[in-house]
Amino acid sequence: MILKVEGVNKRFGGLQALSNITFDLPEGEILGLIGPNGAGKTTLFNVINGVYPPNEGRVVFLGKDTTGAKTYDMARMGLARTHQIVKPLNDLPVLENAMVGACYGRENHSIRDAKKIAMDTLEFLGIIDLAGKLAGTLNVAQKKRLEMARALASHPILLLLDEVLAGLNHKEIADMVETVRKIRDRGITIIMIEHVMHAVMNVSDRMIVLDFGQQIAEGTPTEIQNNERVIEAYLGDPKLAERLMRTGT
Amino acid sequence: MKYKDINLGLVLPILIIVLLGAWPIISQKDINRETIFTIILFMGLASSLNIFLGYTGYVSFGHVVYFGLGGYVGFYFMSAQGQSIWIAMLTGGLASGLLAFLLGKAILRLRGGYFALATIGVNEAVRAFINNFDLFGGPIGMTLNFKVYKAYGGAAKSLWMAYYLLIATVLLVIVVSYLVRTSKFGLGLLAIREDEDAAEVMGVRAPDAKTWAYVLSAIFPGILGALFFFKNGAIEPVPAFRLSMSIEMIVMVMLGGQGTVLGPLLGAAGYQWMRGFLLTNSFFKNIQLAVAGGLLLVIVLFVPGGVIGWLRKQIPGLRRVLQ
Amino acid sequence: MGFLLASVTDGLLIGFVYGVAAMGLTLIWGVMDVINLSHGPIITLGMFGVYLLFTGPLGLNPYLALLFVALGGLLFGILVYFIAVHRVIGASHLSTLLATYAVNMIIIGIGTAIFTASPRNVEFNMGRLTFGNVTLLGTRVIAAVASVLVSAGLYLFLYKTRPGRYIRAVANNKDAAELMGVPSMQILALSFGLGTMLAAISGALIATFFPFTILAGGAYELKSFVISVLGGLGNPIGALYGGLILGVLEGIIPTFMETTWVPVVEFVLFVLILLVRPQGLLGVKK
Repeated sequence: MILKVEGVNKRFGGLQALSNITFDLPEGEILGLIGPNGAGKTTLFNVINGVYPPNEGRVVFLGKDTTGAKTYDMARMGLARTHQIVKPLNDLPVLENAMVGACYGRENHSIRDAKKIAMDTLEFLGIIDLAGKLAGTLNVAQKKRLEMARALASHPILLLLDEVLAGLNHKEIADMVETVRKIRDRGITIIMIEHVMHAVMNVSDRMIVLDFGQQIAEGTPTEIQNNERVIEAYLGDPKLAERLMRTGT
Repeated sequence: MKYKDINLGLVLPILIIVLLGAWPIISQKDINRETIFTIILFMGLASSLNIFLGYTGYVSFGHVVYFGLGGYVGFYFMSAQGQSIWIAMLTGGLASGLLAFLLGKAILRLRGGYFALATIGVNEAVRAFINNFDLFGGPIGMTLNFKVYKAYGGAAKSLWMAYYLLIATVLLVIVVSYLVRTSKFGLGLLAIREDEDAAEVMGVRAPDAKTWAYVLSAIFPGILGALFFFKNGAIEPVPAFRLSMSIEMIVMVMLGGQGTVLGPLLGAAGYQWMRGFLLTNSFFKNIQLAVAGGLLLVIVLFVPGGVIGWLRKQIPGLRRVLQ
Repeated sequence: MGFLLASVTDGLLIGFVYGVAAMGLTLIWGVMDVINLSHGPIITLGMFGVYLLFTGPLGLNPYLALLFVALGGLLFGILVYFIAVHRVIGASHLSTLLATYAVNMIIIGIGTAIFTASPRNVEFNMGRLTFGNVTLLGTRVIAAVASVLVSAGLYLFLYKTRPGRYIRAVANNKDAAELMGVPSMQILALSFGLGTMLAAISGALIATFFPFTILAGGAYELKSFVISVLGGLGNPIGALYGGLILGVLEGIIPTFMETTWVPVVEFVLFVLILLVRPQGLLGVKK
């Protein structure tokens, strides 16, 4: 198992953001994480990558108990993530943004090698033309790619993607889905949070549904699609949910 | 980055120091040497501060504490222990580096304004402490016995020696600043400056990186402090820990362009030139501080990137050259 | 024992005035996240305001002069806000620190040119009050009472009036307040004006019992930092408590060590509190 999440609880004041989340993630899988806004998806990412520790439960990454580890230690072990609200290093060029990932990620490269890796990654993501531009000057779609470039340049074992499709148009979504597949083909395990249903259904091997911090369902996309409880909890209106899930938003 | 560019980013700042520093040596006039000493001293201080402030974005508002502390410790070894200027520079730099290391671990957890306030507090606390510290002469401070200069061939020769040492030290600061700027360590610092949380998520150990940058940027003011007060012959708490000197250092960094190797040099030269002009101009003499304040305000409000930032904006190609 | 009581009482009285100075600093911090480095010179302006009105041709009573100083402080602060601060709201701390420091330089520069650095004082006697073996200067008692009134006024303003509620809303969350239709620019300008008004008032009160120079404000600015941190940065009411704590400390410390150690204790405490309890001694963790 790449990752084991065991009985994770997270509270903020009186709010139970996550309750008793448990799942395993085998190598090479794409796991889709869905749920309405405020269901705790990003909180789960934050607990996994060490932004804050869980109140209860364990996170085991690569066989090591990493509960409460620092984000930079997680990154160095091979965990990379993107942020729902992008965090570009505005005053640095795109290339140097990606170089940070390569320098400080799992493989701990020298600045010279990092540059090569960063270039390759930008090439792979189709943003090599932007290498010299300051990250702050990019548009939203480009910034999403930049987030991915930084994460990928660290050559991670596990990649957490937080709504990389949000705000993209149809063509961009199709491209990005293709990219996610290609990343998996490189042997990288992926968890992706997504609201664009048809895309995440299409690309995931398995899915987990959160609602109000509860893990209400787990299974293949087809199982999830037909799960009454998911459909109900997810939208409160089964018919609407069904239509959304089949055609996408 | 082409090979040619790497050189220019380093060679230009070195050339500035060497050419500027050579002027008094060629003219052999003490008055020139004194003027240039001040300018190059501030170039060194501003560059040191820039290693921390410019690269990490943390505002060390009380950075003068490292100048004063280094000065005091070095001075103590010279005046009370009869040690050489070499030992003074070494101990001064070490003392400042050590204080920065001990403090860094604690206060670098604070962000933004809280950190700036803490550095002011540290400077005031150290100054108030030294004011009461009898070993360092308390409020009266210490003076150097004239004999100390004899070891270097008399006072006149000592002043020249201090000048050469200053140039050597500041050249070292610039090389270190450049190496940091272009290294993996520096890239991590810049990432912290742009977004500390994002940097950590990418694997930058921010607490360590910040501390080492802080220590580096404290060591050189310590050495320069020892050197300055050796030349000065006396040290007192007030001039050693003058908060406004801290702020002048920041202004220089900002004026030239923070986060670049060249910027603090231009800023220091520009600021000192302006001050000299205002002080000698009969019209501005009395309100020089107010005029300087007005200029600072204009820069902060309208040219926040400093000279280098402005140049880069006008001519984007310069970005590679102006490190 | 009598000596200790006297110095504690004296410290408390001055603490109230310190509290008012710090309230100004902390209000500005809380509302707009700006460390106002022109705070000290504005305290000085308050001192000179009273001095000029008192020694000038009108020979105004210092407490009457206080009203004019307060009004002047408010208007001056609003002016400073629009000239120097508005453009850097939301910019880096470096920008706001330097912008307000530039204002500091301008005030000190012009002030020194006009008034030189020679010491002044407002020679005004309000007699003494004696309780047992504790003797209090009338000017200090009045200053303390005035400070309490000012604090109460600020509290009522912040909690009972519409602009006051707006100020608190902006301090809480500027974006949300804007969405609710709070005119944030005016509120920020007003807050800055109030902050400088409080600084000027404290300066005016201090001038009635301590001599001062054009540079005197700097020391009170540093004290305001310490007090604001004691009371929790951004919390004006906490600042009053902080002022009292500092006043009492300043009263007590000299009874068992030399006066020159006071700033050492103050600033070490300051740094420690920033590290351990950045929300202030009395503040609640957010």
